[in-house]
Amino acid sequence: MDKTRKVKVKVEDLTIVFGKQKKQALKLLDEGFSKKEILEKTACTIGINKANFEIHEGEFFVIMGLSGSGKSTLLRCLNRLNEPTSGKVFVNDEDITGKNNKELLEVRRTEMSMVFQKFGLLPHHTVLSNAAFGLEIRGEDKESREAKAQKALDIVGLNGFEQQLPAQLSGGMQQRVGLARALANDPEVLLMDEAFSALDPLIKAEMQDQLLELQDTLQKTIVFITHDLDEAIKLGDRIVIMKDGVIEQIGTAEDILTNPASDYVKAFVEKVDRKAIITAGSLMFEKPTVVRFKKDGPEGALRKMRASGIDILPVVDLHDHFFGFVHINEVIQSAKRKEPTVEAIIHANVPTVSKEVTVEEMLPLISEVRSPIAVVNEHNRLLGIVTQTSLIIEATKYNEEEIIELKEQANNQ
Amino acid sequence: MNKVIDIGQYIAIAVNWLTDNLKPFFDLIKNTGNTSILGLEWLLIATPFFVMIALFTALAWWKSGKGVALTTFLGLTLIYLMGFWTETMETLALVLVATVTALLISVPLGIWAAKNKFAAKIIRPLLDLMQTMPAFVYLIPAVLFFSIGKVPGAFATIIFAMPPAVRLTTLGIDGVPKDIVEAARSFGATNRQILFKVELPLATKTILAGINQTILLSLSMVVIAGMIAAGGLGERVLEGINNLDIGLGFESGLSVVILAIILDRITQGFVNKK
Repeated sequence: MDKTRKVKVKVEDLTIVFGKQKKQALKLLDEGFSKKEILEKTACTIGINKANFEIHEGEFFVIMGLSGSGKSTLLRCLNRLNEPTSGKVFVNDEDITGKNNKELLEVRRTEMSMVFQKFGLLPHHTVLSNAAFGLEIRGEDKESREAKAQKALDIVGLNGFEQQLPAQLSGGMQQRVGLARALANDPEVLLMDEAFSALDPLIKAEMQDQLLELQDTLQKTIVFITHDLDEAIKLGDRIVIMKDGVIEQIGTAEDILTNPASDYVKAFVEKVDRKAIITAGSLMFEKPTVVRFKKDGPEGALRKMRASGIDILPVVDLHDHFFGFVHINEVIQSAKRKEPTVEAIIHANVPTVSKEVTVEEMLPLISEVRSPIAVVNEHNRLLGIVTQTSLIIEATKYNEEEIIELKEQANNQ
Repeated sequence: MNKVIDIGQYIAIAVNWLTDNLKPFFDLIKNTGNTSILGLEWLLIATPFFVMIALFTALAWWKSGKGVALTTFLGLTLIYLMGFWTETMETLALVLVATVTALLISVPLGIWAAKNKFAAKIIRPLLDLMQTMPAFVYLIPAVLFFSIGKVPGAFATIIFAMPPAVRLTTLGIDGVPKDIVEAARSFGATNRQILFKVELPLATKTILAGINQTILLSLSMVVIAGMIAAGGLGERVLEGINNLDIGLGFESGLSVVILAIILDRITQGFVNKK
């Protein structure tokens, strides 16, 4: 995440308590009592326990957790559909929690729009009138609000459906109306509450793709709630994982997959298809042993191979520009021929990848060559190497010992 | 067994106190009521019968289709031919004024009960009382407040006919999907905007069903109101009973039924169109 971007939404120590003895429960919470103890003592449920995070302008921020984790409650605190018990919410450095009713309505009308799981469309209004609903509430005249609604409908691809009623549309299209209604208001922040969870898988994927595409041009700040980790990973610039009202971890998809902060997160991410998320950057072996072209001849290369115990080494120049790999048997031949450099035996025709390439994309590359995959930057400088074994481990989820065992089994047969 | 608790005594005291102290208020209601009922009556009777029949048939056709239009035409013609046209129009005027008044009270009351749990707790037992108390009992305070005539008839009718409209309004508003209300709230709608732009439009069908019930209950009260000189078909029915005139009793009773069916079908047409 680009740290230089402006902070759009900031949540500070946000706590929400459901029940009658809110003050008592808050006090107990401060004293460090557990959720269960507080429930027994005060009959209050802790909906959210001291949430802290910042969302940057234009960021796609996903809050993810199972049902009952408090994610929807947290989202509703941002526009105060749920009233926080303590803590603060800032939008554009303005404290939302301190606003009076009138100011709050203004925030809801102009700064934040929401998209709902069950769409929340008015069944007796046409698609166009539904899309214009937010503007109608704001008090805009018919002509201008319908023009804006029409534009929003065009953006989400519902041109031609303006005069239909919501019930005449499929679920995916109804949610597009919901999205158009939110976009028509031209808000700075979009709040999406399980927006795609009610849709069937194919439509869901299509909507996700469309939303990402839209986000490329619109650059809104999006807060997206989901219980589906795959969805969170696909959409989110950063992901918050919540459990029982507590934020377990905040980070990019890759952070969360590679460094789960707790056993809960770990258990969660185990089920995810890592192939599509783990990149060469996180998998690569940094600062590998290299053969320096011209400086290291075949003898030098051989020495390095013996020292590191590796049969195949990358060849780079003094500025780390990547040339290819050399294999031990050819290096031995070359040394016997007393050649001055390894130039003749470099395998230059090998795949290279950038840091962002995923495991899934790298897998086909290794079938044709024996060498590791070189990870290079845009100037073809070597950043590290991804070995075939580590790729296979990532792809198959077997750990290293298991793979060695499998290999032995295969050899013994 | 001797009477131990005498609630009736207190009710009587309360009603007497109201009669003595709020006389100007009751007079005002009586005058307004009389003016509107008699005004409407005059309008309905002054309009030639064939124009009225044509208007009702057209309304039935527009809202409920050919079948109901035909029933309306034949029914009203039969009433006219039986010679009960004036009485029917008197009854219709009373029912319309009572219904409109009942709705002016019951719809806001129903909304209030839907919005406020405390209000609901008070309103619900009151409605139970209003619906289950034998309808004749209302005639007593009605006469004490307004003496005999059309206004006390309308008063008793309103009390008896109001509950379903209150209940169904509450039901309708409670039944509006929560996600739609929440969506409206998230876009910055005020309570007023939510009520008028979301809740009432979505509850219309249920509220209309309540209005339909109110109209039918008003009609059923008409005969009872005849006992305190409210006029119309009710008085003819009572005349039939008093004189054991089976022909008169049947004909006037049939007119009530015809009017009820026509009003029911037409209002149901409104419900189903929504």
